[in-house]
Amino acid sequence: MNSLFPTPADFLRVLPVLILTLFGTLLMLLEPLTGDGKGEKPQLRWLAILGLALAMAGAVIAYGDPGPAFNGMLLVDGFGTFFTVLVAGTGLLTVFCAQDYLVRERQENGEFYALLLFSIAGQCIMATANELIILFVGLEISSISSYILAGFLRDDKRSSESALKYFLLGSFATCFLLYGVAWIYGLTGSTNLSVIHYTLGAAPVNPRLLALSVALMFVGFAFKVSAAPFQIWAPDVYQGAPSPVSAFLSAAPKATAFAIFLRVFMTAFGSVADQWQPLFWTSALATMVVGNFAALRQNNIKRLLAYSSIAHAGYVMVAVTSHSTVGTAAAMFYLASYAFVNVGAFAVVSYVAAKGEKHLSIDDFAGLAERQPLAALVMTIFFTSLIGVPLTAGFFGKFYIFKAALDAGMVWLTVLGLLNSAVAAYYYLRVIVVMYTHEPSQAVNDLEPASSGLQIGWVTAATATVVLGVLPSALLEFASRAALLR
Amino acid sequence: MTESQSLWLIPILPLIGAAINGLLGRRLPKAAVSAIAILTVLGSFLWVIKTISALGDLAAPHSEHYFTWIQSGTLDIGVDFMIDRLTRVMLLIVTGVGLLIHIYATGYMDHEEGFARFFSYLNLFMFFMLTLVLAKNFLLVFVGWEGVGLASYLLIGFYLKEKFAGDAGKKAFIVNRIGDFGFSLAMFLIVLTFGSLDFTKVFAAAAKMPVEAHAGILTAIALLIFVGACGKSAQMPLYVWLPDAMAGPTPVSALIHAATMVTAGVYIVARASVIFDRAPLALDVVSYIGLLTAVVAATIGMTQYDIKKVFAYSTVSQLGFMFMACGAKAYSSGIFHVATHAFFKAVLFLGAGSVIHALHGEQDMRNMGGLRSKTPQTFITLCLAWLAISGVPPFSGAMSKDEILIAVHGKSEWMFWVGVVTAGLTAFYVSRAMFMTFFGEYRGKAHPHESPFSMTGPLWVLGLLSAVGGYLVRDLVHSIGPEVAEHGDHSSLGFIVVAAGLIGIALAAFVYLFSRGLSQSFAKALGPVYHLVYDKYRVDEFYDAVIVRPIQAGSTWVLWRGVDHYLVDGLVQGIGNTIGNVGVVLRRAQGGHIPSYATWIAVGAAAALVGFQILSGGAR
Repeated sequence: MNSLFPTPADFLRVLPVLILTLFGTLLMLLEPLTGDGKGEKPQLRWLAILGLALAMAGAVIAYGDPGPAFNGMLLVDGFGTFFTVLVAGTGLLTVFCAQDYLVRERQENGEFYALLLFSIAGQCIMATANELIILFVGLEISSISSYILAGFLRDDKRSSESALKYFLLGSFATCFLLYGVAWIYGLTGSTNLSVIHYTLGAAPVNPRLLALSVALMFVGFAFKVSAAPFQIWAPDVYQGAPSPVSAFLSAAPKATAFAIFLRVFMTAFGSVADQWQPLFWTSALATMVVGNFAALRQNNIKRLLAYSSIAHAGYVMVAVTSHSTVGTAAAMFYLASYAFVNVGAFAVVSYVAAKGEKHLSIDDFAGLAERQPLAALVMTIFFTSLIGVPLTAGFFGKFYIFKAALDAGMVWLTVLGLLNSAVAAYYYLRVIVVMYTHEPSQAVNDLEPASSGLQIGWVTAATATVVLGVLPSALLEFASRAALLR
Repeated sequence: MTESQSLWLIPILPLIGAAINGLLGRRLPKAAVSAIAILTVLGSFLWVIKTISALGDLAAPHSEHYFTWIQSGTLDIGVDFMIDRLTRVMLLIVTGVGLLIHIYATGYMDHEEGFARFFSYLNLFMFFMLTLVLAKNFLLVFVGWEGVGLASYLLIGFYLKEKFAGDAGKKAFIVNRIGDFGFSLAMFLIVLTFGSLDFTKVFAAAAKMPVEAHAGILTAIALLIFVGACGKSAQMPLYVWLPDAMAGPTPVSALIHAATMVTAGVYIVARASVIFDRAPLALDVVSYIGLLTAVVAATIGMTQYDIKKVFAYSTVSQLGFMFMACGAKAYSSGIFHVATHAFFKAVLFLGAGSVIHALHGEQDMRNMGGLRSKTPQTFITLCLAWLAISGVPPFSGAMSKDEILIAVHGKSEWMFWVGVVTAGLTAFYVSRAMFMTFFGEYRGKAHPHESPFSMTGPLWVLGLLSAVGGYLVRDLVHSIGPEVAEHGDHSSLGFIVVAAGLIGIALAAFVYLFSRGLSQSFAKALGPVYHLVYDKYRVDEFYDAVIVRPIQAGSTWVLWRGVDHYLVDGLVQGIGNTIGNVGVVLRRAQGGHIPSYATWIAVGAAAALVGFQILSGGAR
């Protein structure tokens, strides 16, 4: 029986969220009590690391007893757990990779870590949400923390501009989502995804109104995952935000946005798939084309990675469009591999960019292999994975996505997608060539050796990329089981 | 079902050694590097012994599944290891001989630069070789197959500063690509035909197929596997890389290019014996290629002066014998020769290495001679191997070579006689090398000295194995099956083989010990023929003229100047400009103004609304 009061099992199932909130609050409380005056706060860093690690463990513990919580508002299943662990892991990696940056800019303080943890807490709610209102709450927790993170360097114009754009446009797009939720409630009398699915399957509702609400929600989600034609904010935001934040934004919130996107369209709107598939098809293609072609002519590496992240959202959209368990599993695998790669790549960027993020041109990477071979090596691994070269995670990610598309009979989308990834090889390879064959640039010559924390971050991300590229089956098997959404 | 034996430990131990020496080796003292390299291989060897004794007579293969590696549709490829009677022999050879050669190498490489790098590569080789023999499916074999190729490439080119070493490494790598391509095609055909790459499944299905009177799918698979084997085991026409591979350090020549890696081709043919048995045409090809290689390499070996080159051609020739055995369906005899050859050829190479070490790098036999008294231990152990390879009973080589030739006799009489003559030639060129090196007067300038115990110790062990090892491994090898012909029925054939060897030794003694100058007059009398053989039949020059140069010309004139410059560059620039224009449009849209972005989103939303409406109407 549903009871008004939460049971202990309910609390167990939100364990990661509880841990993250607790540690986030703790970080804020301890902030004034720590610090050595030199801008370094290693105690807080380790506290954040501990919190994130415990959250990962908490997610695994919660998965030991899967099921709905809080009257069906949350649903702890394999799918949700996958994304909970993924975002917490991404956060962990971000902490390691952000360390050098924060110390360099004398900005290492409790707020950064607390906001990071709150944002991830929101994403954990999103990943397990089975209800549109709670989904919206999670989304807002995650988004508001992200807006502030983007503007974390208050005195830096670029950072403030980025935050403002992200906030204004994000709010604008969220309105569409909320409006769509309202229409759905009107049509089906529920905001619970399982109930919506059942209602839409059982009795026909007005198709025009249903299309309206699906369209409105699509706009909201597409904005969050930066799918065309709603990708326009991403380059400006990723370029302006501090590099570690860009790394985080392009990995964790995007992954969970795809998670709710998949969950809503696979379960609630699964029965009307033939209506939304053609538009998704168009959006996927447009996203790939816009991302890849705009990236070709970029000389700013952060902007290049921003467009690249749009292009990769396009590939995942292909998987969403295929509307199958295989496609969902492929998207999950892709998002996981992409998270490692992108956090790692942005970490290298922030390392080379140096104090004040001055050196962001591709030419600044010239000769990196000669001066800092490890940085150049991991960057090469990340970029080969972004290209999709075998023996990297990116290869299997693309392979499974396009296999899912072929299984769904979308031959043309597959062909166009593969052509797109051929175009993409150019701008990634350009960076690798510059790193390995050119004479070292001034920026590279002036680089200090990376701290051990940053090296741990790089090497972990690169190792994960290679391991997933050689032995994809363990993760993929889990994803395939978890992808059976209902 | 037997309990797990943790077979994975066997390859993993050397991999750990490779990782430690590769990453930290430069900072470690030499003693630590040697200890890590030797102890990890020793660990593998002991684990092999322990596993084999635990598994008893292995009437049924023991296999272990670790995890699923690739799953795509119905194709399911796991990381699975297996031990059966064939694997058992290979494991003992690889870890046992490998261990001895590792010990030897610590002495041999003592003065060389890149000590840790060397042992890291050598351990890496062990990892891949053990993966190759333990693998339970073709793809995993292929991983080991490519891996040993990589390790071989790295070790041939070990002397980074020498250009010829780098060239030799590249040559080995490129020639092996041809073979590997054949192997990949074989795998594709196997997947197409059997829907699996797992040994158990493939061979069980193949066993139900009839013997192909005319070339069919099994013949195609068998021939493609054999193409791969030709590359790895240096058979005609792909043998050219092996003699050049002697540019690597001598322990490498002994371990990789004599005892283990080059026998991988024989192993895979024996492994796929079920397929070969049903493809008589492919078996004939295997026999002919093996015979031809044995003869050609033996004749070249008679004329070379570089001591390592002599033994390299000898290896090519002996591998030919092993394939002749496989061609006559006497797979276990082929593997028997793999084992005995591993013993005596390792001694020959290690002994040659000891001589080269003693003479500070001299490899030309014309500058040797009389070393008998200067390096007595090397001499005595080499003598054991010499008698073994010459086929003098009861030494190990005689036993396996007898078996092979008797099996060949069962297949075809004329091939038997050619094989006998080749066995005589073998005895002749090895005796020649022995006489030129150890007898007569010392002709060089360096001051020879005996090698340290770390080098002579392994030589003694392997030397004794060359002498009596045949008795030790005979039963193990014959358990692989099928039954081999008993010696007793063919005692006259056995005598002929032995006689051929003795005649070869006697002739060499006559020419190189008792009537000096005779060899020169021979060479003069034969004139152009001698020079053709001395120049290794000019096969390298032939390949250069027929294959390498046309490809170079083609890539320069057609691909680079033509396709790349005009076609691709033109196309790319054209497309690039168009894309650039698209980019300009996109960039203009990306002006940075929030109101224009919001408008853009609003327009997009409107488009989505209209689109969904149209679709919902269309669905009605």
